[in-house]
Amino acid sequence: MLKYVVVGNSAGGIAAVEAIRSRDKEGTLALVSDEPYPAYSRPLISKYLAGETTQAGMAYRSPDFYDGNAVETHLGKKAVRLDLEGRKLQLAGGAELSWEKLLLATGGTPIVPRMEGLDKTGVYTFTTLDDARKLEEGLEPCGRVVVIGGGLIGMSVTEALVKRGVQVTVVELLDRVLATLLDLEASRAVEVVLRRKGVEVLTGQTVQTILGSPEGQDRVGGVLLKDGREVPCCAVIVAVGVSPRLDLVKGTTIATNRGIIVDRHMATNVPGIYACGDVAEGYDFTTGGNRVVPVWPSAYLGGRVAGYNMAGGSVTYPGAAPMNAFNYFGMAIVCAGLINPPAGGGYQVLVSGSAEEGSYKKLVLKDGKLAGILFFGDIERSGILFGLMREGLQVSGLGEDLFFPKLMHLPEDLRVGRIEEPGWRLAATRS
Amino acid sequence: MKRVFPREEHCVACHLCEVFCRVQHSQSKDIIKAHKRESPAPLAGIKVEEKGALSFALNCRHCEEPYCVYACLTGAMRQDPQTGVVTVDATRCVGCWTCILACPYGAIVRDEANHRVHKCDLCPGLSEPACVANCPNGALVYREKAHA
Repeated sequence: MLKYVVVGNSAGGIAAVEAIRSRDKEGTLALVSDEPYPAYSRPLISKYLAGETTQAGMAYRSPDFYDGNAVETHLGKKAVRLDLEGRKLQLAGGAELSWEKLLLATGGTPIVPRMEGLDKTGVYTFTTLDDARKLEEGLEPCGRVVVIGGGLIGMSVTEALVKRGVQVTVVELLDRVLATLLDLEASRAVEVVLRRKGVEVLTGQTVQTILGSPEGQDRVGGVLLKDGREVPCCAVIVAVGVSPRLDLVKGTTIATNRGIIVDRHMATNVPGIYACGDVAEGYDFTTGGNRVVPVWPSAYLGGRVAGYNMAGGSVTYPGAAPMNAFNYFGMAIVCAGLINPPAGGGYQVLVSGSAEEGSYKKLVLKDGKLAGILFFGDIERSGILFGLMREGLQVSGLGEDLFFPKLMHLPEDLRVGRIEEPGWRLAATRS
Repeated sequence: MKRVFPREEHCVACHLCEVFCRVQHSQSKDIIKAHKRESPAPLAGIKVEEKGALSFALNCRHCEEPYCVYACLTGAMRQDPQTGVVTVDATRCVGCWTCILACPYGAIVRDEANHRVHKCDLCPGLSEPACVANCPNGALVYREKAHA
């Protein structure tokens, strides 16, 4: 029997391994992933596609990570069945691992909305290194690609394709790109830059049918949009988003909602089983409830908390928050929390500058506390505000100073204390 | 492990800490060349905050639980397991800016010329960091944490 089994080899799984080994150097530990590669930075697949990095350059940890941490790896082996009573995990090919403590960090799976023609050659998703490789092969030669979805994945693949000299049409269901992350002002500024780079941006549109090519009906030749327009293309990338990858827990007694439900210790309802990352539905400090927040920093943090606790600690998850930073086409943007508050919800919105002119800042406050941050262009020191948001501190007294975050704006007792000693210490709460 | 602590009652916002930080992290290690000739210009990993009579210089706190390291998408930001010093591997940073949003001290800056981030590395190889060694007022001290 293994002391620890970790399913998943990205941010959450690696974080757990690091946390487990900080407490327990001896306990047997196995890590399973259906991907055959050592951990790599998933967000870098766009740089890979753009030809700006190699697989070696994407390594998330050093080559000796697994040996150095005494991790028995099962890479390229999909976990196919979970036997809770026998505490066994069955891998494709028949191998079985029995575990004392199990972490499910299986991540997300791309959402592919139903549409006609999905079975044609030339339809791709874009979340893994293999996805990027397949797409790269499919692009030779290719004049135009249709990207379905103007969110984070859609934007990152679009940027990579533009760098490769491929024409791109982005088809977004909502009225603007990055609609769930940015506000109207910032989305419009992004669209201006996209169009300047030659990207066709079609909003309020959906792809109804993926059409065949004159060279073969089983190959992508274009798409038919909702309004009847046809866009010729040789590849379609479905980049609508990801949903928790729950296949392993289906049919078990592990409680799920949208994701695997975990408590503040990242523990599921089944003793000894933990979950984190894009598959988990854990505490979100911006809403005060549980939510699937599929962002890298939360995956790592959740994995770290899970790992400490699996190794006998008692550590509380500070909570996830929707938080993203990006740099598409040289536009520096950071955002976190609630950017588009509902009308009548008691929110106060502070705005400074103009996105089109290159610097724009928007803050959303509720009850005197930060609920959302959007900095466009000048993003320096935005983390100070994110920290205040995470801590739920009153900031209404700071007024316009909030647009130029500094530690000195904090009251003296708060300021001096946190310079001496960072306020939050996960390790300090270890049992 | 030792860190750099500001003493706001001694700081007069002369910004020499920033100047000597840039020199220490320059190619030439020469104050004139570093500020007038080098391209890209070297960046400072410490910054003076000032308003009226209040001022202090702040650099990376090298947190025990560093949010920047946890947030880093590429593994470029890391914490030395022995010393606790948090540094960024310039060859692996892609300039996604996630750590800038994650750092509650605002201590990480964009190095736009090189498409990566820049931060305090506590001057490896020096007995005390350049900012501390060159502060004329003793407004920066290099010491263990009070509650270590």
